Order: sequence, then structure tokens, then C-alpha cells
Amino acid sequence: MKIIVSVKQVPARDSALKVNPDGKWLDESDLSFEMNEPDAYALEEALQLKEKLGGEVVVLCAGPERVTQTIREALAKGADRAIHVQVAEDGGLDALATAQILAKALEGEAPDLILTGLQSDDLGYGQTGVVLAELLGFAHATIVMEVEPLGKTVRVKRELEDGWFQNVVLELPAVLTVQSGIKKLRYATLMGIKKAKTKEVKTIPAAATTSGARIDKVTLPQRSKQSQILTGDPKDVAKQLVEKLKFEARVI
Amino acid sequence: MSVLVVLEQNAGKWNRMSFEALAAGKTIADTLGVPLNAALIGAGAEELAKELATYPVAKVITVQHELLGLYTPDGYTSALEQLIKSAKTEAVVFPHTYQVRDYAPKLATRFGQAFVSDVVDIKAEAGKVSFVRQLFQGKLNASVEAKGEPQFVSVQAGTFRAAEATGASAPLESFAPQLDAAKIRSKPEDPFREAQRSVDLSAAELIVSVGRGIKEKDNLHVVEELAQALGAELAASRPICDNGWLPMERQVGSSGQTVSPKVYFAIGISGAIQHLVGMKGSKMVVAINKDENAPIFETADYGIVGDLFEVVPALVEAIKKAKS
Repeated sequence: MKIIVSVKQVPARDSALKVNPDGKWLDESDLSFEMNEPDAYALEEALQLKEKLGGEVVVLCAGPERVTQTIREALAKGADRAIHVQVAEDGGLDALATAQILAKALEGEAPDLILTGLQSDDLGYGQTGVVLAELLGFAHATIVMEVEPLGKTVRVKRELEDGWFQNVVLELPAVLTVQSGIKKLRYATLMGIKKAKTKEVKTIPAAATTSGARIDKVTLPQRSKQSQILTGDPKDVAKQLVEKLKFEARVI
Repeated sequence: MSVLVVLEQNAGKWNRMSFEALAAGKTIADTLGVPLNAALIGAGAEELAKELATYPVAKVITVQHELLGLYTPDGYTSALEQLIKSAKTEAVVFPHTYQVRDYAPKLATRFGQAFVSDVVDIKAEAGKVSFVRQLFQGKLNASVEAKGEPQFVSVQAGTFRAAEATGASAPLESFAPQLDAAKIRSKPEDPFREAQRSVDLSAAELIVSVGRGIKEKDNLHVVEELAQALGAELAASRPICDNGWLPMERQVGSSGQTVSPKVYFAIGISGAIQHLVGMKGSKMVVAINKDENAPIFETADYGIVGDLFEVVPALVEAIKKAKS
């Protein structure tokens, strides 16, 4: 089974975000980056499918030079090779433009499955996988919890709202967007890191896009309801809070 | 020219977010000075069409076909594509549900359009609209101007006050798309629930909920002690349950339980929207987080910016003292 895993590199969680002077995107100079966590779960699922069924796992990642670090990490965990689509800046791209770039990069690959995370932790569109499927003419399923290949089809367990689930059988090739938590993530081994250095990374330029919705401005949200912030050392704030619990909420 | 809202229903039961999308659609239609139409799709749509006609809409369109029984992205996309092409439409508005996330990006792509998903505000100025959506799980807002037509937009839960019935009666229409069973590439089975939940957080009066800030499983005792001191139920945000640190049935949020306790303690929880929708009915919210910009402080009544590993033990001490 040939599986493409589409991963994105995003600013590390808990990064302090600063808007750049033109207000269009973040000031990235002090940020550190990591693999988008939902994509890490997609990679894990792909690696486990390959271990069970054989085949190939190819990592696809679009972004500037810095994303090579994320690509190396995926190769070290066990992906066979990678495609790096060079995009100067990825801040303002909408999901359609991103998917157009990814679809073009996959020409000639003919995978059975494409896996990606259900959304990115930065832009959070949650669309790239679905749009990619449409552009490639593949079937798709989103928010996938379990993947069971059945030859020419794949049976997946999807998460619906309010604790409901649904099994769906899809024709291959298909794109699946994977829910976080689906499997336990592995760490790269020393051997894996060493091997990754010899694996193929194909670098290609990004295709032109017909982006329709660009971000004109990013801002820190205005707090509409200012919560009352209790200040002081831990003992002080604990005492203040107990007062509120006792006299306002009346739960003590 | 018109604005179309696609409401969501399953087997004759509304997804209540649909009426918030209807209100958003009304804002856009009024700004552009065009009528607002409402569409219903899938088995059960017909029963709800009459009720929908009592809302402030120009007409209600029921999209019907035997292949639209159980939802499939191919079926819904093709049916709605034909509906939208049948009349000039400037904007198509959806509630931001899991189902919409599954097919609306595909539908927008058919029109070569970007889907502006999960918007939290619509700015209407001089006959033009732009949208605000959240980035970084609520830490940043982006204003987005969509180009071309139709624009495809989904609205985050709780952003708009749900539209109310006016008692009017808009005309009903039905639309019969051409669908081919061979082009529907997914075979859905009936939805199901996992084994009955043994923990019912919806009735809890006090909830201590823990998020990523707890860092590792071995630290959970810190919040367990607080829950014990208060006599509260322990709950968590999604990542904690994903990691297996607490069972899934203790998860609060859009994919977990919806709670409304007297006091909700959000400890080390940043406050992503998926979590907030599950706990915003709480009477009092107390947030403890080291990041002063965490979106949870937007929802909290009382906030403490600090290290939970220092604040929570101090709070346990103070509660024990107050109770003795």
C-alpha cells in the first residue's frame, strides 16, 4: 500500500505570538516550530499501516527552508522518502491554495491513501485534506478514528458530534483526515535518525495558486468579557478565591 | 441574487446551530440588499420545511433525492452544487458542524472558491462583507475578505444569537437534483454510540477540569487533591483523554460531555473553542493558567495567572482550612 502523509510545520504550542508590523501575519523571528500535532497522528497511522501491510510511506510538506527539520523528523520515525514543496511563506495561504500546491506536487505519485491531520494548530481551517481529495478526484472521510484497509476499499470509523460514531466504507484511492489520539505516537530512534540522513528528499517549487480568500489583517482578540484577575502570591490568591467560592458561589 | 443558508438536520431533528447560521445569513443578505433563502437537505427535511417557513426567509427549498438518505459527502456536494448553480447566489452560509466540515470545503472547491470556515464575526460595511475567524485556537483573530462569488462561509457555534420565528409563512419549494449512485464513493453505516457512559458529568455541581498544563500523567494528583477537597468531579480537555491519562468519558467539549456546574475550574486549559462549547453553561468559571493570553480568560469569571503547581496546592490548603 502506498501512503502519502501530508504534514505541516506550525509554531510550537504555547508560543508567545507577536503580530508583525504590517499586521498581515506573525513576526516569526522568535518562534520555534514543530510538526502539527494532528499530522503527527496521521504519520503514526501511516507507519503502522505500512508495518502491517507493507508498502511505502511518503511525507509531503510545503513550506520554507525551516520545514526540512519536520521532514527529517518524519523520515527518522520511519517514512521512506519525502517531497518538500518550497513555499516562501505560508502564513496567508488559504486551504484551497495550499491544497492546489499539494495536489500539483503529487502528480505522478498515484497513492492508495493520503493521510493528514484533521486540522492545523495554526490556521485551523480543517479543510486541506478535503479540498485535496476534491482536486485529485479521490473519495475522502474526515475525523477518522480507525482505519481498516479491505483491498480495493477502506473501512474507517468516523467521529460524529456528541459521542456518536459511524463506520464508512470508501473506495480507494482516498484521503483521510485523522483525529488526534488515534494511536500512541512513537519517538524517533537513534538508528532512525541516522537512517533518515540517507533517505530521498525531493525538493520542488510551488505551483501557482488561485487563492480566493486572503488574510488581510491579524489582531490579538479584544477581551469582550474581562475576567477578574486575582493577583498576589499563591497563598493570597487562594484565599481570595475561597472567599468567592464561599460567599458568591456558596459551594464551600 | 440571493444568500442561501443550508440548515442541518438529521432524520427530522434540527441541529440547533442551524438557526445561528440563519441569523448570520440574514446579516449578510441585509448588507447586500438581497433576499435570504433557506435550504434543507436529507431524509427528514420535508417535515421541518414548514417550521422553517415561519422564520424570516424569502423561501424554503427542500432538496430531495433517494440517494440523500444517509449523509455522504459525494451526494450532498453534488446536490447542493446543482442547487446553487440553479439560481444566482452571492453567499452560501452553513453552521460549523462536523458534517459541514466534511463536505463544504469540497463544495466550495467545485466553484473554485475558498471556504471561509468557522467565522466568529461578520463585518458589514458599505454593501460589502468581510469575516473574522480565529487562528491558533483563539489566540489570534484574522480578518478575511473573500473574493468572487459565491462566497462560502460557516459560522462558529455561539457567535450569533439564533434567529427567531416571526410567524410568517414563506413559500416552500422542492429541488430534485440529478444524482448517480455510481458516483457516490462512500457507503455509510448507521451511526452508533460506544458503551453507555458510566460518568455523567452533566449533573455535577462542581467540576475540576484539567488540560495540557498538567504536563504529565504523574502530576494528575495535584488536581485530584483539589477535586477531593471540594467534593468535585474530575474532568479534562481533549488532549488529556487522547493521551489516555483520564478516560474519554471524563472529556468536556464538542466531542465529549456538555456540563453546567455551579463552578467549573479550568486548570491548565487554554480554552480552545471545542472545549468552551462544552462548559460555557457553567454558572461560575475559575481559570488557572500561566499564559495570560489564554482564551480561557475570556470565559472565566475569576482568573489566576500563575503556575498551577503552586496555585492549586495553596488552594487545596485554603479550602481545607475553610471547611474545617
